[in-house]
Amino acid sequence: MILTFPHMGSVYILVKTLFDELGATYVIPPKGSKKTLELGTKYCPEMACLPLKINVGNFLESIEKGADTIVITGGCGPCRFGYYAEMHRQMFKDMGQDVEIITIEIDDTGIKGLIAKLRYLFPNKSLLSIANAIVKAFSNMKEADKLDALSYKVRPREQEKGATDAIMNKFEADVLMVTGAKEITKLIKKTQKKLKAVPLIAGYEPMKIGIVGEIYTLVEPLTNMNIEKTLGNMGVEVNRVLTTSHWIDQHILKAGLKIGKRDFEKAAYPYIKTMIGGHAQETAGHTVMYANSGYDGVIQIYPLTCMPEVVAGSILPTISKDKDIPVLTLVMDEITGEAGYITRVDAFVDMLIRKKDKEKQNERVLSRS
Amino acid sequence: MKIGIPRALLYYQYYRVWKTFFTTLGAEVVLSDKTTKDILDNGVVATVNDACLPLKVFHGAVINLIGKVDYIFIPRLKSVAKGEYICPKFCGLPDMVRYSVKNLPPIIDTEVNIRKKPRQLYKAFLSAGLYITKDKNLIKLAYHKALFENALFIEKLEKGNALLDVLANKKSTNKKGELTVAVLGHKYNVYDQYVNMNLFENLTKNNVSVITAENISDKICNDYAAKLPKKVFWSFARKLIGAANHLAKENIVDGVIYIMSFGCGIDSFVADICERTLRKNKTPFFLMMIDEHSGQGGFNTRLEAFLDMIKWRRKDDLDISPYGERVYIGKDAI
Repeated sequence: MILTFPHMGSVYILVKTLFDELGATYVIPPKGSKKTLELGTKYCPEMACLPLKINVGNFLESIEKGADTIVITGGCGPCRFGYYAEMHRQMFKDMGQDVEIITIEIDDTGIKGLIAKLRYLFPNKSLLSIANAIVKAFSNMKEADKLDALSYKVRPREQEKGATDAIMNKFEADVLMVTGAKEITKLIKKTQKKLKAVPLIAGYEPMKIGIVGEIYTLVEPLTNMNIEKTLGNMGVEVNRVLTTSHWIDQHILKAGLKIGKRDFEKAAYPYIKTMIGGHAQETAGHTVMYANSGYDGVIQIYPLTCMPEVVAGSILPTISKDKDIPVLTLVMDEITGEAGYITRVDAFVDMLIRKKDKEKQNERVLSRS
Repeated sequence: MKIGIPRALLYYQYYRVWKTFFTTLGAEVVLSDKTTKDILDNGVVATVNDACLPLKVFHGAVINLIGKVDYIFIPRLKSVAKGEYICPKFCGLPDMVRYSVKNLPPIIDTEVNIRKKPRQLYKAFLSAGLYITKDKNLIKLAYHKALFENALFIEKLEKGNALLDVLANKKSTNKKGELTVAVLGHKYNVYDQYVNMNLFENLTKNNVSVITAENISDKICNDYAAKLPKKVFWSFARKLIGAANHLAKENIVDGVIYIMSFGCGIDSFVADICERTLRKNKTPFFLMMIDEHSGQGGFNTRLEAFLDMIKWRRKDDLDISPYGERVYIGKDAI
């Protein structure tokens, strides 16, 4: 049994740690490329959302490398993601690919079913050691997300352009070479230190933009055209609350244990009153929160036809007006006209700069009178 | 007091329920006009461009009601069956309308969520009823009357009556045509005569009799849907997938037309699953994707071609099949 899993940003670090610790044989799909997208769009229904297409592309590339069992997470609606596993199953069956698909989720069979699945995946391991590996994997994921967040802060301020990118690229290549939770943690820490040592421009206060939207598109560089990198190299500091570890914290730990109302729910309440699936509530809530904490603009990213984000998208203009925060919406699909997106992001940043300058001028005028 | 109900989205499913409930409470129910180009255009202007066609029609219908009513009834539907959801857009519907349509009368946005506790249904009706009357006993009566009306409605449909006829209190003329075609899809796409470009009239004109998913009993659909390895967690999708499986198994139709609106998240999966199921059984399948640009001419041509191919297959394929195997599996096949 050779396992594989779909890519989603740096989730591979989490899965790699987990599988390494449990001694499973696995294939990490090649980093998402044009070929991945082409394979995916070829076999998926036309109107399906982008993540499904990329997942299928990832799987096909992994199968080429010898994988025969796919491990994915599931869910029970209302977002389409919960039905991915069944779509994969039917698709691969019709393609004639003999793969097994195992969904890690709590469905009708309850916690018992989940344990049975874990036992099947890792036959020689005790539940305790599986739990232990999961804890280690989560902590690595957290560190990897911290590393990303750090790079967003360093990139716009670096003295020598490209220094941050070089460090991050090296990390991405190196992490595939090491095995075991400890080694991966060590590597992440080492990279964090390297990033902190990058010489910065003193006194430079970059423009700040918050990124909101559907989590997969945000996390996966193939679908967001490396938005953080692009903006960072334009000299803009980026913040993205929605990361994999944040999602695990908020949705599995906090929501599972039902600890109070989450901060974004409170912020979104005047606009979206209940959970409507996906990340609509986060999108609205975080936009409000970014506005309140003095950000210059917000960019919303989601895949074409994403149902929850359409709801959020139709409310964002109102939030934008109420809170006086500019919002740019980018809708992604498999037609990747990168230049078009870059132009729009560029124009957005230009407008933000102009807005800021104008505000400063007004202040000056006011103080003179 | 006048309560406005937009003639869009779940009007086709629950109009009887809502009407019975509100009229029993003593309110007057006002329906928006039938979808026209103007209504759709208003909707298109009001919504974000990514929204699906039915959503745009809905916004248009809401705009159509402004000035005619005291309240507009836009329930927040999260779940209409135990353990299931419906499209997330329904759940954010009141929020969307509130922020995209100006000069709105007050909205009755009662939340229906019976995913975990089916008893919540009464609470939803209660909160809607309190807008009109303080008399809780009357609300309870109206609630039971509405549910009874719903059961009658479903029974009539399962007997084979066409949904639009039942809604209009007309008797269906079940004339058997030369061909029988099933029309599947979400109700608000299938039954809106503007959106589906007079599909039903067109089919009748071509001497084709039509059945829809609503004419197949819930029990049959549920049984088939339950056979899938993963539970279908969207209520309306469960019905459609069940219906497609039933049609594939029983061979009662000559072809299936699936109406899907561009960008529909659920249909992107459901239509695909239906197509795979039906194609395996060699049932002709025609996916008609609609959006606000739909040109009637092109659609008519495709529909005619589809019907012609079914007829030719019937005529020719029995003797020598062009595909090397007999494709048509009908009653008169040997």
